[in-house]
Amino acid sequence: MTPRPYNFAYLDEQTKRMIRRAILKAIAIPGYQVPFASREMPMPYGWGTGGVQVTAAILGPNDVLKVIDQGADDTTNAVSIRAFFVKTAGVRTTTDTSEATIIQTRHRVPETPLREGQILVYQVPIPEPLRFLEPRETETRTMHALSEYGVMHVKLYEDISRHGHIATTYAYPVRVADRYIMDPSPIPKFDNPKLDDCPALQLFGAGREKRIYAIPPYTRVIPLDFEDHPFERTKFDAACALCGATDSYLDEVVTDDAGGRMFVCSDTDYCEKRQSDKRKDAAE
Amino acid sequence: MSAALLAAEGLCKRYGAIQACRDISFEIEEGEALAIVGESGSGKTTLLHLIAGLMTPDAGEVRYRTRDGVIRNHSSLSEAERRALMRTDWGFVHQDAARGLRFSVSAGGNIGERLMALGERHYGRIRASAAQWLERVEISADRLDHAPWTYSGGMRQRLQIARNLVTSPRLVFMDEPTGGLDVSVQARLLDLIRGLIAEMGLAVVLVTHDLAVARLLSNRILVMKDGEVIESGLTDRVLDDPETPYTQLLVSSVLAV
Amino acid sequence: MTKPSTKDLLVVEGLDKAFTLHLHGGLRLPVVSQVQFTVARGECVVLDGPSGVGKSSILKIVFGNYRPDAGRILLADGDRFLDIAGASPRAVISARRRIMGYVSQFLRVIPRVPAIDIVAAAAREGGLEPQAARARAASLLTRLNLSERLWRLPPATFSGGEQQRVNIARGFAGHHILLILDEPTASLDAENRDAVVELISERQASGTGFLAIFHDEDVRARLADRMIDVSAFSMSEAA
Repeated sequence: MTPRPYNFAYLDEQTKRMIRRAILKAIAIPGYQVPFASREMPMPYGWGTGGVQVTAAILGPNDVLKVIDQGADDTTNAVSIRAFFVKTAGVRTTTDTSEATIIQTRHRVPETPLREGQILVYQVPIPEPLRFLEPRETETRTMHALSEYGVMHVKLYEDISRHGHIATTYAYPVRVADRYIMDPSPIPKFDNPKLDDCPALQLFGAGREKRIYAIPPYTRVIPLDFEDHPFERTKFDAACALCGATDSYLDEVVTDDAGGRMFVCSDTDYCEKRQSDKRKDAAE
Repeated sequence: MSAALLAAEGLCKRYGAIQACRDISFEIEEGEALAIVGESGSGKTTLLHLIAGLMTPDAGEVRYRTRDGVIRNHSSLSEAERRALMRTDWGFVHQDAARGLRFSVSAGGNIGERLMALGERHYGRIRASAAQWLERVEISADRLDHAPWTYSGGMRQRLQIARNLVTSPRLVFMDEPTGGLDVSVQARLLDLIRGLIAEMGLAVVLVTHDLAVARLLSNRILVMKDGEVIESGLTDRVLDDPETPYTQLLVSSVLAV
Repeated sequence: MTKPSTKDLLVVEGLDKAFTLHLHGGLRLPVVSQVQFTVARGECVVLDGPSGVGKSSILKIVFGNYRPDAGRILLADGDRFLDIAGASPRAVISARRRIMGYVSQFLRVIPRVPAIDIVAAAAREGGLEPQAARARAASLLTRLNLSERLWRLPPATFSGGEQQRVNIARGFAGHHILLILDEPTASLDAENRDAVVELISERQASGTGFLAIFHDEDVRARLADRMIDVSAFSMSEAA
């Protein structure tokens, strides 16, 4: 038998242990950014190296892996990463959210509710929610340690004073387990409620910034807001043009150069399931 | 006899071979304005940083009486406690407004930050407080949503003052608050500071090289040279009837217009 | 040493003052020696003597502006006496706020602050609320015949007489039981001098004591209860 050129899931076992130790720390301190020795991966920074390292560390031969990018299973990022794990780990892959045991995602949370035993791995570009107002790492670490989060509300205040409402529409900051303030990665704020009290384990990996953080199952995750400007879920004026869903996050697709456009579910698996259900109903 | 609000005892600080502060002791009561004057290199700025808890002394201690009457030694304060005091009980007005403001944040955000840090979560109330304070420091309310980089130097200083005073601190440290400002702007700013000190019963420790500013704002004065307090006492007494050679030299060197 | 009586507001005894000019080789200039006098409630005591004899210096020593080399300056504070000569800066500040006021010979001009605000600030320090303080300031300036159109202007451009009237108004804005006046009418014309004299008389009648220097014979005649010849204590060459 020819030896496989890579260790299972690419990373050597000691590296996986190091990452798992970081993950355990992260789970023990929900929302806290744990530094880890991010490895050089066969893809550039900005392409999900953090998420890939987390997935590689927790993947086992019996896992079923789903990879999505902006909700879709068939975009470049998702396809490449899925192929990477097939090549280096030989695991079964799926596009069905309910079938997967591990879901790696870039910038979306699946519409299908997750269940206990599943793990959602997020790809994170900038893990530090305070970075935009405080460039010094030494200072942001102290602020987290002392729960000095006034500046976070300053940002929201600025939004309201400038736009009349909190204008942050993605990477909307949240407070985890009443303690740490966390950046949920650039998911649309539409997805924020899904993080709260979720039965699945949520892991976040930032490869370039070398940080891992986590939300254990059934943890309180509250988006920041003001008493008189409470957090509001995004509502769409349209329904999905393909499956008719009114409760999922919609992408706007330009159909021609005459201003034609349509709205379709960003979560391709969710949309396809709904469409096939409709067809089944129609057939009966 | 009530204890002093802030007491410095035997403070020493050196930078290598330079002794910036030698065995300095003094006290400040509530509502008192103390000026620390001296020329460059006298150690006055170092002293200010020591008593504001921004630097640790090599010897000596600084004690502060918190609102609950307990006397705390600066060195026994945890980082969290020190920062909390900085946000509630104390203020620090820097000579350079850029150090004391968030330049890319609106005036309202700058003034409201301390309130938000203390848990205020109602946008409307934060904005109203900020607008009130803007008025109090004589900046037009229509500048509330503008960022400090659009302000003049004098306005930036006044905004810095508002940002510090919004939580009604008991003690405000000022480092050359009018330094670098145009003379015409200085006068109004000094008067504003004087008025606020009187209105709010603030204790102030003010570092300045300008004796006229010291005379206007303070009732007690420390004259420093080479890390030592050369003379101290009632401001008008020290400036009108200086006893030591150095103080006499300092006072006689001031140009009168 | 005399024991002060309950009617005394101020008892000065054994006061010595000399200036040491370190910038001129430590030249010692004695000013006064063994100064002694009292001021009782409702009394106007005038310091007399030629120019340079040390009258102004004595006023400044009493106010705490100069430090004496020896002696006591006993100021009535309720049922006790406070020795200004040895008092802490804090005690002197408190005494100046509650007990003794001072009107200097010239107004020290604070740039860009309107005249009425200068006087109102002194009234505030005396314990009045902002509205009441402003009203008191207005009434004093009116009594001193300062035209209303000047109230909102900073005194820097006023004439000497106008500045001095602002200075006097400021001195009288509080509720001091002892007022120290250094040539308050020197730059004033007859009409304004009269206004000041009236102001002083009124306050005297209500129990305020005055320690003053007046050059004008007429004013002295109308106000002085006692004159003290400072030449008796002077160490200067003018004596």
